[in-house]
Amino acid sequence: MTYIIIIILASYIRRTLKTAVTMPEWNKWLLWFFFGSILMLIMEGAVSRFKVPGEWVGTAALGSILYILYSKKEFESQRFFISALLPFLVVEIITSTATLVSPGFAARWHGWFGTAETFAVLWAAGSWLVTRKQQKELRKAREKAFEEEQNNKVITQMKAQLEVQVAERTAELTRQKEELEHALTELKSTQAQLIQSEKMASLGELTAGIAHEIQNPLNFINNFSEVNQELLEELRQEIDQGNLEEVKTLAGDIISNQEKINHHGKRADGIVKSMLQHSRKSTGQQELVDINALCDEYLRLSFHGLRAKDKSFNAKFETDLDPAVGKIRIVPQEIGRVLLNLINNAFYAVSDKKQQNVPGYEPSVTVSTKKTGNSVTICVGDNGDGIPENIREKIFQPFFTTKQAGQGTGLGLSLSYDIIQAHHGTIHVETKEGKGTQFIITLPI
Amino acid sequence: MKILVVDDETDIQALFVQRFRKEIKAHEMEFSFVYSGEQALAFMNDHNHEAVLILSDINMPGMSGLELLKKIKQKYENPPPVVMMITAYGDEENYQKSISYGADDFLTKPLDFSLLKEKLKKIAV
Repeated sequence: MTYIIIIILASYIRRTLKTAVTMPEWNKWLLWFFFGSILMLIMEGAVSRFKVPGEWVGTAALGSILYILYSKKEFESQRFFISALLPFLVVEIITSTATLVSPGFAARWHGWFGTAETFAVLWAAGSWLVTRKQQKELRKAREKAFEEEQNNKVITQMKAQLEVQVAERTAELTRQKEELEHALTELKSTQAQLIQSEKMASLGELTAGIAHEIQNPLNFINNFSEVNQELLEELRQEIDQGNLEEVKTLAGDIISNQEKINHHGKRADGIVKSMLQHSRKSTGQQELVDINALCDEYLRLSFHGLRAKDKSFNAKFETDLDPAVGKIRIVPQEIGRVLLNLINNAFYAVSDKKQQNVPGYEPSVTVSTKKTGNSVTICVGDNGDGIPENIREKIFQPFFTTKQAGQGTGLGLSLSYDIIQAHHGTIHVETKEGKGTQFIITLPI
Repeated sequence: MKILVVDDETDIQALFVQRFRKEIKAHEMEFSFVYSGEQALAFMNDHNHEAVLILSDINMPGMSGLELLKKIKQKYENPPPVVMMITAYGDEENYQKSISYGADDFLTKPLDFSLLKEKLKKIAV
């Protein structure tokens, strides 16, 4: 029995540790044990007298193998054999000793020794199986750990790759952001230029109106001062003649003419000022402004401007100004631009309709003001064709225009909208197709 | 001589009255003033075509001086009143249109009153 165990043990160790390659010295010894055991097995079977000393030799051989396993570091992984085979070794030693010391005693207890041997063998087999199982599990765990390690390596690699990609993308995005910022700056400056050119365009439309509006008061100033000169001449003659009544009448006329000269001088002055204000970059300074006067002034400027540009253009214009409106705090050149824009649009609308030659149609533009509670309402109305429903929502969008390319910037209403918003007011449109349009501005007082 | 002056500038009345004060005093001329083309037509209807001379501004809101001229010359044929056009824009287009619509004369602002007076006196004779 001992030799069979040695044979199995030796071949198992040789196989699992691959001793032929890893430790040739021990391999030689193991081979000695292996073949020696086979030889002893054959001899035991062949010669019955050889049995007892053979058992001793086998026990000693097993003991020395276990000792080697115990003492040599190379066999650390196989040490479980010690605990597995130690009971068997002890049983063998006792059995052999008993047989040697008192064969009678041994024969009497033979059955017991046999059972003990069987149990020891079972123990050895059992613990071997358990250990193998444990080792399998250990190997599995090790494989798993190895796999995880591999996975971790892959993940680390991927992470590194990702970081490179992220860096690339970030660089690209930064570049795009810079490009966009550049484009935005360009757009902003273009917008500023457009707003300025829109202002200058509306100023261009105004020029003729302004010329007319200045020419008229200047004519009056010239005419009335000429008249006054004549009247003063007459006055002197009447004084010489002592005609006191006539003198009084003449003096009254001269005074009233002088008032008229003064009035028209101021009128021209106001127009020049508002033209300058219109072309100047807005200071954004709010000041108290007479809304009614502003409406009246821009209505006249717009009318005469369009009239000068297009001789066939004509329309009635009326004001319905509520004296209660008075002065409110606004940026005059900004609100002036809004008014000019709305009034110009109104005149264009009625002029368009006039060209359709509708019988009995009288083009008319009305500007009205009204004070209601804490706000002032300015309404610019026309009796043109109204705004078609499909474009009604777009009219306040920048660059939206119904005019032909090159004729309008499409910024007028959108700028007007922005200006009214900046004044914390509202602007909305009421329009009926075929009937006309009203733009209604509400400004807080 | 009855003269109707059509101009949207109301101060034109004071100017005319003073410039022609002697003529008005001497009842050589009689002035009426209206401030739009529409008012001018209404005035001519109401006063049964009294005015023999009409001085009209061209550039007025509503009915323009040119339209008024056209209407007057169409409506009142026998004898047609003398119509003089006055405009701040002494441009060729307005002049040509005025003449083609039958204007008798064409004056530009600022009005030269001594010239106007001469022309009026010539017509009065």
